Amino acid sequence: MKLSPTWLREFVAPRVDDRQLAEDLTLAGIAVEGIGGEGEAMVFEMEITTNRPDAMNHYGVAREASAIYSLPLQCISPKLPPAQGKTEFSIQIEDTTGCARYTGRILRGVTIGSSPQPMVQRLASVDQRAINSAADASNYTLWEMGHPTHAFDLDLLEGGKIVVRRARDGETLKTLDGIERKLTRDDLMIADANKPVALAGVMGGFDTMITERTKNILIESAWFDPVTVRKMAKRHGMHTDASHRFERGADYGATPLACDRVAELILASGGGELEGGLIDTISAPRQPLHITLRRAEVTRILGKQLGDGEIINILSRLGFALTLEDYGWQVQVPSWRLDIEREIDLIEELARLHGYDKFENRLPSYIGSVIELPDAAKDAKLRTSLLALGYNETISLTFISRQEAAKFSPAAAVELANPLSEEASVMRTSMVPSMLNMLAYNLNRGADNVRLFEAGNIFERDGEKVAECKRICLGATGNALAPNLDQAGRALNFFDLKGDLENLFAAFDLPELRYAADSASYYYPGRSARVVVGKGEGESEDVLARFGQIHPDMAAARKLRQEVFVAELYLDRLYRHSLRQPRYSALPRYPAVERDFSFVFEETVKFEDINSAIKKLRLAELRSFIPAEIFRGGNIPTGKYSVLLRATFQSSERTLREEDVAQWSAQVIQASQALGGILRSA
Amino acid sequence: MLYTVTKLTDHSDVGLLRTAVRVRLVLKSEWLVVEQTLIDPGLTSAARQTALKDFRDRWLGRKSGLFGQMNELWLKNAPPDRKKYVGQLINQMKQRDLLWIEELIEKRSFFARQSAEAIRAINRISDDEIGRRQQQEALESQSQIESLLQNLDSFEIEKLKEIARQEFSLDVSEALQSGGNPKERGVDISLPGNRRPLGAEHPVIKTMNEIVAVFRNLGYSIEEGPEVETDYYNFEALNFPPNHPARDTQDTLFIAGQDAKAPRDRLLLRTHTSPVQIRSMQKMKPPLRVICPGKVHRNDAPDATHSPIFHQVEGLAVDTNITFCDLKGTLDHAMKALFGSSVKTRFYPSFFPFTEPSADMQISCIFCDGKGTRDGGPCRNCKASGWIELLGCGMVDPNVFGLVDYDPAKISGFAFGMGVERIAIMKYGVDDIQLFFNGDVRFLEQFA
Repeated sequence: MKLSPTWLREFVAPRVDDRQLAEDLTLAGIAVEGIGGEGEAMVFEMEITTNRPDAMNHYGVAREASAIYSLPLQCISPKLPPAQGKTEFSIQIEDTTGCARYTGRILRGVTIGSSPQPMVQRLASVDQRAINSAADASNYTLWEMGHPTHAFDLDLLEGGKIVVRRARDGETLKTLDGIERKLTRDDLMIADANKPVALAGVMGGFDTMITERTKNILIESAWFDPVTVRKMAKRHGMHTDASHRFERGADYGATPLACDRVAELILASGGGELEGGLIDTISAPRQPLHITLRRAEVTRILGKQLGDGEIINILSRLGFALTLEDYGWQVQVPSWRLDIEREIDLIEELARLHGYDKFENRLPSYIGSVIELPDAAKDAKLRTSLLALGYNETISLTFISRQEAAKFSPAAAVELANPLSEEASVMRTSMVPSMLNMLAYNLNRGADNVRLFEAGNIFERDGEKVAECKRICLGATGNALAPNLDQAGRALNFFDLKGDLENLFAAFDLPELRYAADSASYYYPGRSARVVVGKGEGESEDVLARFGQIHPDMAAARKLRQEVFVAELYLDRLYRHSLRQPRYSALPRYPAVERDFSFVFEETVKFEDINSAIKKLRLAELRSFIPAEIFRGGNIPTGKYSVLLRATFQSSERTLREEDVAQWSAQVIQASQALGGILRSA
Repeated sequence: MLYTVTKLTDHSDVGLLRTAVRVRLVLKSEWLVVEQTLIDPGLTSAARQTALKDFRDRWLGRKSGLFGQMNELWLKNAPPDRKKYVGQLINQMKQRDLLWIEELIEKRSFFARQSAEAIRAINRISDDEIGRRQQQEALESQSQIESLLQNLDSFEIEKLKEIARQEFSLDVSEALQSGGNPKERGVDISLPGNRRPLGAEHPVIKTMNEIVAVFRNLGYSIEEGPEVETDYYNFEALNFPPNHPARDTQDTLFIAGQDAKAPRDRLLLRTHTSPVQIRSMQKMKPPLRVICPGKVHRNDAPDATHSPIFHQVEGLAVDTNITFCDLKGTLDHAMKALFGSSVKTRFYPSFFPFTEPSADMQISCIFCDGKGTRDGGPCRNCKASGWIELLGCGMVDPNVFGLVDYDPAKISGFAFGMGVERIAIMKYGVDDIQLFFNGDVRFLEQFA
């Protein structure tokens, strides 16, 4: 909202310049967001909060200034000529919920022309376009004192009356903007005897508007219910200066004054006379609100005692009437302050006009201990490990397209009623699509070595509810080892990602962790896996993660021009397991003995098969059993591979004897041979 | 004067080499003396044999031989990083000289066993041109050695290496090369290191964690809430009545298919972290202090200054003694902890349905120290005002307490909420909020 300080100074005369005025208003909560122009033409760009419709006009802001500077306020008091005779025109309010008061005046014999230049200029200063003397008078009053009014061509109203009622089925109204609007029974109408003539509090009708032919006028100055106006404006997709104010709450007491002010301005520019007095129809009389204000409560909330004199001065300047009581005051709230309903509202008035910066800064005492989030330690462990492993932390949008949701998760997606776009129409059911997008984004910009992780929620429809599941998604592509002067680089492969996952899972107490082939359809078959705990199979198994290379078809479709690896960790399931508590075990005092065994196995024999066969031997002194080298091709027949297995034996009680090692070695060989392994060398 | 092993003080390559050369020259010089003794007809055979044995023991003796002493004196006192090379050098000398000495003794023991007559006879036989020349050479050698020993301290490493090679084919270059004197055989330390890349913390999460840490230190517990919220928690319980225009400022994203539900049960994406205030108060009894970080959503099309997702940190303190002064003091303290102790705070009235009185807080501009001007022109960061708007706050509205069964007559509290991106943008000088959400490693790696 624009505000002209020159206009404001008609009502109050602060002794500060306009820039200081802007600063002082802002510090009292009437925010001046920007200042434009210079001198007489200076304009404030106001940011008035929704609770203060009373300050969305010049007089209202002047009232604030009068309270801030303790200066008198020049009232608006229209001077009208004596009325001629009585008027027969009547106003009936049928809908008392929607309209509490409707004040009107009849003007006869007016000449509609252009408004006087000073008024046109003043309206222009707040970005308002002059239309004609009647419309301008209404608009001027709106910007001056804030109350929306409307002027009808009296001769186009049928039946000599106004009825405020809900619209009937099938009724339509062409509004001032020339749009034909279908009305519903929820719409509040200003109607004449036969037809709707205005959308109450939103916009007047096209067919009854003031034109240069207009001779006789009905001025409307009413009070409409905020919720009714808001719903109506929303329904018709309209937002007008009038609806903006009625939605936030207009001044119930200001209808006669606004009506008179409009009449005064029309008569001043175009002549004519008043027919009869005010027609003031009140359907729901309002009594002024009285609030108890206790000194002790002011101090309890604000932490500072304010003097009686200051309290009385602040509230009186703002238009409140105070009656002294022993605890404090009974305060009568002015009709324009719909935001003031309770003692706390008065305390805020006192605080803001006293000046927030005049309250000292204190730190409150407190006894209590800090409670962390239940998974804080696990979150922190995974995050620091991922950072140390070289993954950059990312955040991506929480929305994806319907198609992506279906492709990456069997879960039912949560749809948005008012999505930003088609591509963002559902809440993400998987973090993989946005991870792939981020990897592609980097590859398209020449960044070929990318490691990213994102921790966040995915969303699944669960009946009428929405389940939020915590996940971590990893994405990696490019080098596992960057080339440097000492070594050639090496591209990332499945085992680099698996190693990273092993590092992450090593932090948890997961003795039964295993890696199973087959993951989801968007992974490369044979180069992806799921991480499983527990004994369950198939549907009942507890999958903690899925990972691997992205399926080449998917990679091609997304124009990923190099191998891309992704991992998803299901934290809701992983976090059911506790972090591993390290326990000391005595360091070995006796030397370890290594034995290498070179075998040729069929491709169908997996390392896991060999490993578990060796584990079943339960050799207490076997400290580690690893594949040291794997070789295919050469003189190894197709369908077979050669593996160098390295066993390390160590006893915590004695130095091992040759015959012990020989015996265990024989067992290892036997177990391997049982799997079809052919020993290449002893 | 006979050579004695002294302490080794100079462990540099040149120092070690000089010592090795000195030892070898002394050894040769002493041998020349022994050789003269062996052909001295004035000595008995036994005396000659003793001279040979003494020479051998003096150098190679198991317990007190000079090489043994070198081990003791040089190796033990060598600095840890030079120990290996000192050891290598001693070994190399010892192995070569051991062979050489044994060879000499083997060759000359024939003389030692001869009688005086026989020596005299040999001397007579060799008292010819050849013999004289040999004697002459021995004398020249001796004087050459003397001269080398005298000038040894002034020789540079190349000269020392040359002597070692020429005089006794001792190739020390290998020992020294593997020794890697940083000066002689160092690396080009200006070459880049082999970096194992570290991951970078996301600037928004880093900032969010920093904010949380400040309040954790003030005794605030951490709380979280769901991102998909009900209308009740996001609005109603926070004193946003249905159909209130204040809801318009929130640009809410709604979940589809909610029409059949009661309005307060309808699901939406939370537009602020304030619902966690309500959830915390429902869960706990006063006094309480919570800090609630989290992701929020708004129906804002993405551009340089808008994003449909962003992060907030919400704070809440409720007790029997909380006043507006405590709100100001707490936030002033927090801002000083986050931005430095010279930062000032300023509060002015604002409006939030769930706080009363409500305030906006500004901090003095951290770029121009609140002066409004920088580098001779207006400060762009604070639009020359000297202040930067940072957060909204206020005293908890009694209506909110009423809805969670707290007695507003007995307790009071304050709440505040701040946008994390806004702070991160300011802190790191980021000019486009979209950079936070597109995963561009060129951006992210700047925060490693």
